[in-house]
Amino acid sequence: MPTMRYREALNQALREELEADENVFLMGEDIGVFQGAFKVTAGLLQEFGEKRVRDTPISENSIVGAGVGAAMLGLRPVVELMTVNFALLALDQIINSAASIRYMFGAQVKVPMVIRMPGGAGHQLGPTHSHNFEAMFLHIPGLLVAVPSTAADAKALLKAAIRDDNPVIFLEHEWLYGQRGEVPENGGPGRFGEAAIRREGSDVTIVGISRMAITAQRAAETLSKEHDIEAEVIDPRTLRPLDLDTIIESVQKTNRAIIVEEGWPHGGVGANLAALIQEQAFDYLDAPVGRVAAADVPMPYSKPLEQAAFPHEEHVVHAAIATFRDI
Amino acid sequence: MAVRQTDAPHKLPDKETSVEVLERMLLIRRFEERAGEMYAKAKIGGFLHLCIGEEATIVGAVNAMRTTDYLMSTYREHGQALARGTPPEAVMAELFGRVDGVSKGHGGSMHLFDWERRFLGGYGIVGGNLPLATGVALACDYKGTDDAIVCMFGDGASNQGTFGESMNMAALWKLPVVFMVINNQFGMGTSLERHSAVTDLSKKAEGFGVPGSRCDGMDVLDVHDAVGEALRKAREERQPQLVEAVTYRFRGHSMADPEEYRTKDEVAEWRKRDPINVFKQRLIDEGVISDDDFEKLDERATGRIDEATEFADNSPFPDLDSLYDDIYVYGDQVKGWYAVDERAPEPHRGEDEREAGDLAHELAEAGAAYTHEEYEEDRWRHSGDDNAGGGEGEPAGGARDTTGGGD
Repeated sequence: MPTMRYREALNQALREELEADENVFLMGEDIGVFQGAFKVTAGLLQEFGEKRVRDTPISENSIVGAGVGAAMLGLRPVVELMTVNFALLALDQIINSAASIRYMFGAQVKVPMVIRMPGGAGHQLGPTHSHNFEAMFLHIPGLLVAVPSTAADAKALLKAAIRDDNPVIFLEHEWLYGQRGEVPENGGPGRFGEAAIRREGSDVTIVGISRMAITAQRAAETLSKEHDIEAEVIDPRTLRPLDLDTIIESVQKTNRAIIVEEGWPHGGVGANLAALIQEQAFDYLDAPVGRVAAADVPMPYSKPLEQAAFPHEEHVVHAAIATFRDI
Repeated sequence: MAVRQTDAPHKLPDKETSVEVLERMLLIRRFEERAGEMYAKAKIGGFLHLCIGEEATIVGAVNAMRTTDYLMSTYREHGQALARGTPPEAVMAELFGRVDGVSKGHGGSMHLFDWERRFLGGYGIVGGNLPLATGVALACDYKGTDDAIVCMFGDGASNQGTFGESMNMAALWKLPVVFMVINNQFGMGTSLERHSAVTDLSKKAEGFGVPGSRCDGMDVLDVHDAVGEALRKAREERQPQLVEAVTYRFRGHSMADPEEYRTKDEVAEWRKRDPINVFKQRLIDEGVISDDDFEKLDERATGRIDEATEFADNSPFPDLDSLYDDIYVYGDQVKGWYAVDERAPEPHRGEDEREAGDLAHELAEAGAAYTHEEYEEDRWRHSGDDNAGGGEGEPAGGARDTTGGGD
C-alpha cells in the first residue's frame, strides 16, 4: 500500500471528486494561485481551472454563505476556511444557514457542502490562532462533523463528505498535515459513524479525538511497557454521527474510560462523551470517566506555556493510571 | 430627494396587468391585516413582521422577474411569497404552525420557502441572505443558465458585514444578482439617518463595484421599471446591481413595537402615499376600473384570505413523530436520526432494554404537553402582566396590543 502525507491524501480526495462530479467545486482564501495556505489544494487550480477552484476574497461569512446558496441549487461546494479560527466569522452562515435550512424550510432543499478547516495548537500562534472547536460544531444539529487522524481516513472521509447530501464540518489538524500513513489505492469513500479501534486492550478505554488519537496510542504503548496497563484506543473518526456503540462496548470490557481532546474542558467533547458513557454504561464503570483536555485558558504564545496548555502523552498516561486508584 | 426613475408618471400597463397588480397588492394587504388579527388571537406565535405599506415595492419587483428567476427575502416576507404565487393557505398555515404550512411548520413567519416558485426563503438574521443569494447567483452562472436572483433586504442590513462582502464578491465574479434594499426608513426602531452615515443607500455599494439606482417604493410602476432594468443588466451584462426602493412600513417593526421612535404625524404623512390607494385612484381616474370594480376586487381578496385562514385553522399541527424529521438527508453516512442524537439509544445500558423509537416518542410527548391548549392559555394568562413592547425578544404583553401600529 502506498504511503503519503495526510495533506497529500486530502489533495487526492479533492482531485478525484473534482474529476468524478462536475458539480463539485472548491472555494476558499488562497487555495488557487497560492496553492493553499497548507498546500492541501496544490496543483488543483492548474488542473481544473478557475471555475472549479475559486480563490475568494477574505470574507468568511460570505464564503460559507455563498457555498450554502450554491449547494441549495444542487452544486457541491467544498469550502476551505484557512483555519478553524476564522470559522468564528462564519458562524451565522454555518449555524443559521448550513445547518438549519433543510429543517426550517420543511425539507424542500438540501445543503450538500463541505467546510474544511484545520486547527490545533503547538505552533506558537497565540490565543486567536490555536483553536479547537470540535465541541462547538458537535453541538449543532444539522451538521456532520469529521475529525480524521490518519492519511487514509482523511482521504476516505473527505470523499464521503463531498458525496454526502448534508453539510459536513471537516476538521483537519495542522500538525497532522505532514504525517505519513498508508492509503489504499483506488479506495472509495469511508463511512461516517464508524469508529476505529487503534489498539486493543482490556484495562482502560482511551478515546482520542483528531491528533489526540495519535497521542493516545503513544500513551497506550507507555502504559503497557512501564505500567503493565493494556489500554484500548478508540478513534471515533466522526463526532456526528458518533459510533457510540463501539465506545460503550469497549467500556463494558475495560470498565474504565478516558477521553482525550485538544479543546477546552468545559462543555467539551470529553464532557459530552463522559455524560453518554455514564448514562449508558454506568453499571460497568469501576472509576469515574476521566477527561484530558486543553488547559482552561486562552492559548498563550510563549513556548513553555503553550506546551503546558494542551495535552501530551504524559497527561494521558497520568489520567489512565488515575482510573486505577482506590481499588 | 431624487427617488423616482422619471419625473413623469409611468405609462399604465394594459388593463389586465393593471388589475392583476392591484389585486396582488390588495391580497398582500388583506393577508397582513388578517395575520395581525390572528396574532392578537394567539393563533400565530413568535414574531410577526407585517409589510403593510411596502406592497408596491414587493409586487413591482416580483412582476419584473421571470418565473425562472430566484427570489430571496428577509423575515418580513409574507408579501414576497404571495407575490411569487405561493397560495395564501400555505402561508397562513405556516404562520399558524400547521403541517400544511409551506415549511411544514418548521419555519414560521420568518422562514417561508417555496422551491417550486423559486422563492428561496425568508431569513431571520439581518443581512444573512446576501451571501446565500451570491451563492445562488454563482450557481446560476456555474450551470450556464440565464437565471438571475433578486435578493431583498432592509436598510438596516446595509450596515452588516455581509453587505460589503457579498457586493464585492458578486461584482468580482460578475454574478447575475440584483440586490434590492427596501428602505422603509428604519432598522427596527432606529431611523435611517441615525443608523447609516450614507443615507442615499443606492450609493452604498458603489465602492464595492455594484452600481445603484433608486426608485419610489410607493409606486409599483416605478419599482417595476427599476428592477426590470437592473435585472437586465445583471443578466445580460453580468453586472450586479443595487436597487433602493424608498418606502415606509405603516405598522410597527413587529407586533411587539410600541413605536416610540416616530410620530403619528410622520406615519399619517406617509399614509397619504399609500401605494394601493394611489394606484387604485389612478386606475379609476384613467377609467381602467370603476369604484364598484375596486370594491369587488377588494371583496375577492378578503374572500381569499377568509379561505386561507379557515384552511390554516383546520390544518393539524405537525405530528410529534416529525420532530426529528428533515434535519439530515438519510443515506450512506446518516442512517436515521438516532444515529446522530444520543438521546435515543437506551440510556443506562445494563438495565431494561428499551426501543429507541419509543423513547424518543415518549420524550417528545412529555415536551409537547406544554404546547397546544395549555401553552396558549399560559400565554394569555401572562399577556396582561408583562411590560408592553419589550422589544424584539418579547412577543408577549405589548405583542397583543395591536393598536400601536395605528392601522
